[in-house]
Amino acid sequence: MSEPPSAIGAPGLPARGGAEVLPPPPPARGLTRARVTGIVLLGVWALVGIGTVLFLLASWNVELFTRYAPRYLSGLLVTVELVAISVLAGAVLSVPIALGRRSKSRIIGVLAYTYVYFFRGTPLLAQTFLVYYGLGSLRPELESVGLWWFFREAWYCAIFTFSLNTAAYQAEILRGAIESVGRGQWEAASALGLSRLQTVYKIIIPQAALVALRPYGNEIILMIKGSAIVAIITVYDLMGETRRAYSRTFDFQTYIWAALIYLGIVEMLRMTIDRIERRLTRHLRR
Amino acid sequence: MRITRHIALGLSAAALALTIGGATAQEKLRIGTEGAYPPFNNLTASGELEGFDIDIARALCEEMGAECEFVTQDWDGIIPALQAGKFDAIIASMSITPERDEQVDFTKPYYTNSLVFVAPKEAEFDPSNVEGKAVGVQSGTIAAEFVEENYPNAELRAYPSQIEAWADLSNGRVEAVLADFGVQYEWVNSEDGSCCEFKGETVSSDDVIGIAVREGETELVERFNAAIDAIRKNGTYAEINEKYFPFDIYGE
Repeated sequence: MSEPPSAIGAPGLPARGGAEVLPPPPPARGLTRARVTGIVLLGVWALVGIGTVLFLLASWNVELFTRYAPRYLSGLLVTVELVAISVLAGAVLSVPIALGRRSKSRIIGVLAYTYVYFFRGTPLLAQTFLVYYGLGSLRPELESVGLWWFFREAWYCAIFTFSLNTAAYQAEILRGAIESVGRGQWEAASALGLSRLQTVYKIIIPQAALVALRPYGNEIILMIKGSAIVAIITVYDLMGETRRAYSRTFDFQTYIWAALIYLGIVEMLRMTIDRIERRLTRHLRR
Repeated sequence: MRITRHIALGLSAAALALTIGGATAQEKLRIGTEGAYPPFNNLTASGELEGFDIDIARALCEEMGAECEFVTQDWDGIIPALQAGKFDAIIASMSITPERDEQVDFTKPYYTNSLVFVAPKEAEFDPSNVEGKAVGVQSGTIAAEFVEENYPNAELRAYPSQIEAWADLSNGRVEAVLADFGVQYEWVNSEDGSCCEFKGETVSSDDVIGIAVREGETELVERFNAAIDAIRKNGTYAEINEKYFPFDIYGE
């Protein structure tokens, strides 16, 4: 540890209520208990990291890599495609649901609430099973209404379930964000004579987007990790390929590679969202 | 203070375990099995394990004078669970393959297996021409391996358990299911499987099934081998065989 940084923040900021301005407390010196704990924990994590890298280096196997790398890549593409389509479809679906949640009509409100309640209250795994195996056993009925071609394919079933699931979460994010914009903003807009559409696009959405951005990011990250369950309905996503590789090799590094790839995707997403946030908050920067 | 107390507690527990272990001559063996593979190992409606593997395991344990306890474990994780010491042996219709042999030690085979396709009776499914056809298998089995290696053009669908593969065969998501002869035999003769029948000849018929134990536990392997020989000789094996299959499953 080098020298502790000097006092952070400019002194003499005007304090609320005119009370006396206190200088920030002097930075702690020496090895306090918290610092020791912090250093020890950092050491533990560093050891885990080094251990993982050493393990991967020691068990490096060219044959394994050339055999399974293309499969991991195809699995990764399946995962990305599945999440991208589901999140986009969910975003479209979430708009009417969010509007329904805010609707003045009681029936629509209850319907939208039930939808959100069901999809947020049950595990994605259970929903996937219900759609895939549950509807699978209703083949004659589905055939008679001409929908079997859709539910026959595991891929469509996965997209269907994931879209419905993420739509429920996204609807709540959207509703929360819209409601976070004060009523006064609507009133002010109408006082200025702006149309409702103009109000939504020029005033409400720019403010709501700021609130919604982080939760949206979290939702996409959760979908990426949650999508790992599609392997059980025969879709070979990244996790499915990993399990296949593991069942053939019994080599634990197959799972470590999968974890690193998931970590990589999530990190890229995190950086993208940081970027978007910086852009959206540019008016707040001093 | 607390740490010393924990150590003391641990020591006394260990001492207790030793005394009990010494007092009861019967050794405890934990047997890992899947419990979703009728008629070899499956759970009844009341949650009891039953099947050929289970009966064989009980007979072997009796022969070895050991008290056996069954542990059910998903197929995908069954070898890691053995290695992690969750149980001492796998008796779950596991084929002896070179890849598995690197991870665990196998006893001598306790039955012989082959693979066979099952498809709906009215379907014209030909095992020699599966190009582009959807074939269901259980993931991590030799059937999955077999399709990957011998039918690269087939559309492979891997399910977590055999039961799900059959479910998708009945509702038409896959055109055929490839699996062990014994399980397929049981299924086509059951009510659920009445839709379907064997298609073509059996394939991969040099497959043998053994009991897996952790690497290096040679003594346990020897004892299992001796017990297998014993139940073969004293007629117990034949009895169990007859209970489940009208054909000789041992295969010599």
